[in-house]
Amino acid sequence: MIYIQLFLEFLKVGLFTVGGGLASLPFLEDIAENTGWFTTKQLADMVAISESTPGPIGINMATYVGFTAAGIPGALLASIGFIIPSIIIVSIVSRFLKKFSENKYVKGAFYGLRAVSVALICSALVSVLKISVINIPLFKETGAIFDLISMPGIILGAVCWFVLKKKNPHPVVILGISAAAGIVFGFLGLI
Amino acid sequence: MKELFELFLAFARIGGLTFGGGYAMLPMLQREVVENKGWATEEELMDYYAVGQCVPGVIAVNTAVFVGSKVKGFAGAVAASLGVISPSIVIIVAIAAFIQSFSDLPVVQNAFAGIRVGVCVLILTSVIKLFKKAVIDKFTFALFAIVFGLSIFTDISPILFVLIAAVGGILVHILKGGDGK
Repeated sequence: MIYIQLFLEFLKVGLFTVGGGLASLPFLEDIAENTGWFTTKQLADMVAISESTPGPIGINMATYVGFTAAGIPGALLASIGFIIPSIIIVSIVSRFLKKFSENKYVKGAFYGLRAVSVALICSALVSVLKISVINIPLFKETGAIFDLISMPGIILGAVCWFVLKKKNPHPVVILGISAAAGIVFGFLGLI
Repeated sequence: MKELFELFLAFARIGGLTFGGGYAMLPMLQREVVENKGWATEEELMDYYAVGQCVPGVIAVNTAVFVGSKVKGFAGAVAASLGVISPSIVIIVAIAAFIQSFSDLPVVQNAFAGIRVGVCVLILTSVIKLFKKAVIDKFTFALFAIVFGLSIFTDISPILFVLIAAVGGILVHILKGGDGK
């Protein structure tokens, strides 16, 4: 039963995601690999849309994954499953807020958790790179370095990086530039 | 009942008008929760927000649960958190359904091929920000490097890494004297 499985998967994601919405990405990737409900490519597109629409990114991604896997009921179950651990844990913590934030075990746990959270997001980044800029299968076939890295991808990435550093625009601007570049590259037959 | 409905609506407004996740939400929260409704003081809100980052889940939802449970207990927590997620559900379902029906067009596929590159850059900038806050000494660097390597080259579940990090963090923190950073 996909609905129950979806709900349970997102309970897990909600329980183990620490440090904001993007931290759920490695868990969603794990779900993609284990269930086949969606592909890594689709997941990258979901990140793009979740970053450029209103609402918390984590919830947007949960809704999107749920919808892709099982329609509107899936969207509801995934996002509600995702927030249930939060509701329970935060309701408990709110009764002794001060003690919680000064507790040495809590501090210690988060000292370790933050580092792992970054490492996991980094490895999710590598997966997105593999479907956008780096082409390992083609490189293994031909052995040519030009086949490993997509030149249009690198140039576009550099432009986005430069614009972000110089102007600090909203993410939707970066994604708009990228979409336009993708369409132009398509017309020129570069991708 | 009226208060629950107000919680739901206020947090639906916050969820529907915030772009870019938890960090962008703070100004909206201040206006709705502190200034308009008087549900919490500025200081309480900052505490909720800080601790909201130190418990599992999304910061926006965690903060909603804090405010909701202060105003109306567990029912308030549920009302506020359902409020904060409901705009997302409506908007994302609409967009996802729309994209699904156009995803076969070459133009859409090319646009998304470009967008994936943009996503890499956005994730990279977030990672750099988080890295500076999280990787602060030899232990956290080692933890970062080991988990990064293992998660690229093996199929170990991220859940296991999270559990080990929590236990390891507690042990090292206490060995170091436990006064915290």
